[in-house]
Amino acid sequence: MIGAARWTLLISISGIAIAIVLGTFICAARIGASKPLRMLSGLYISAFRGVPLLVQLLLFFYLLPRIGLDLPALHAAILAVGMCAAAYVAEILRSALQSIPSGQTEAAEALGISPFALWRRILIPQALRLGLPSLINELILLVKVSSLASVVGIGELTRVSQNIAGQTYRPLEIYLTAALIYFVINFVLAQLGRYAERRLAVD
Amino acid sequence: MEFDLFIQYGPALLKGFGVTLLCWIVGSFGGALLGFVIACLMRWSAAPVRWILSAYVELIRGTPFMIQLFLLYYGGPYLGLVLSPVQAGIVSFVVYGSPYFAEIFRSGFQAIPKGQIEAARAIGIREFTILRRIMLPQMLVLITAPLTNFVIILSKETAILSVVTVPELLFETQTMAAETFTYVEPFLVLSLFYWLLVVVTAELGRRIEIRSTRHLKRTASST
Repeated sequence: MIGAARWTLLISISGIAIAIVLGTFICAARIGASKPLRMLSGLYISAFRGVPLLVQLLLFFYLLPRIGLDLPALHAAILAVGMCAAAYVAEILRSALQSIPSGQTEAAEALGISPFALWRRILIPQALRLGLPSLINELILLVKVSSLASVVGIGELTRVSQNIAGQTYRPLEIYLTAALIYFVINFVLAQLGRYAERRLAVD
Repeated sequence: MEFDLFIQYGPALLKGFGVTLLCWIVGSFGGALLGFVIACLMRWSAAPVRWILSAYVELIRGTPFMIQLFLLYYGGPYLGLVLSPVQAGIVSFVVYGSPYFAEIFRSGFQAIPKGQIEAARAIGIREFTILRRIMLPQMLVLITAPLTNFVIILSKETAILSVVTVPELLFETQTMAAETFTYVEPFLVLSLFYWLLVVVTAELGRRIEIRSTRHLKRTASST
């Protein structure tokens, strides 16, 4: 079960990595100058937030091979989880970005700093710091929803627990242990998040 | 693309939707009720009770819903608790939702200015009356938005109930997909359906919020 917990962590951490990268772009599109891009990113956010992740997982699992993308189930699951979380991350970053004084952007523009450097050096670092508590929250949610990947047959913690419970007829003990492992992972992540928050605090 | 099979499976899907609605609505009300009791106990009871409750809240919030569902449905019988899938689904929904609802109610309690409660106590109003006549009416307005938000989250969590064979919408769709060997269309339509459900609920929540905060704006503009 401990080995399977590593898969849970793998799905969660690669999921959040995809979510942060993709979420940043979606967020940039959402608040950018181009109207079609704004509408597209709005649609993306609405669609991924409005559909249960389990349905998204199943859809990805069956749709990707159909459109010629033959990914292993694990990769499809990570992609689904990451793309769903990206919608939430985009909203977290948007609220964080909107709390950065617009004077900073104006000053950077006045100084002739390129938009790319503005994002990379000024906006994103601050948004990540402001959004850190919510991002940690999202990561903890991801650890929990990674259990859904068991439905498409990925041998993460929940799936392995199901197998063991099925073989030993001791569901109570097995699922309690699984719950405890999830709890410990999330507890550790929450503590790490708090530590990172303290380290990144400006004052 | 084969969409005509939706006509053939229409009745089953409709029944599934009924079960989804049942679990969602009963689960949300039950969860909110239990959450309210927890929030009240956290506020007004002795320290040991509070410790037990906060352990409960932490444990439920730190573990996946699916594991809780498995524990109840597959583990329950070993403790003499035999539930049908729908019963297990509703009970696990109530348990899973309660800590989140409790947090929302707690934030509502905290939003009521302390002075109001102290004043009410000073003129001899009973604790229960303070809660019913002073705190609840004011905080319900304030917590409409987070309540709607969480009820929407729960509407999507109903899909997870399919893994313990609760015959809800996703379960029926999966059955249809497996019997007809078509997977993409059913799940696409299902996604669209859930999305509509969420959008409609969000809009409904927004309207309730506007209606319930109307008097607040009026008092704000008159002062």
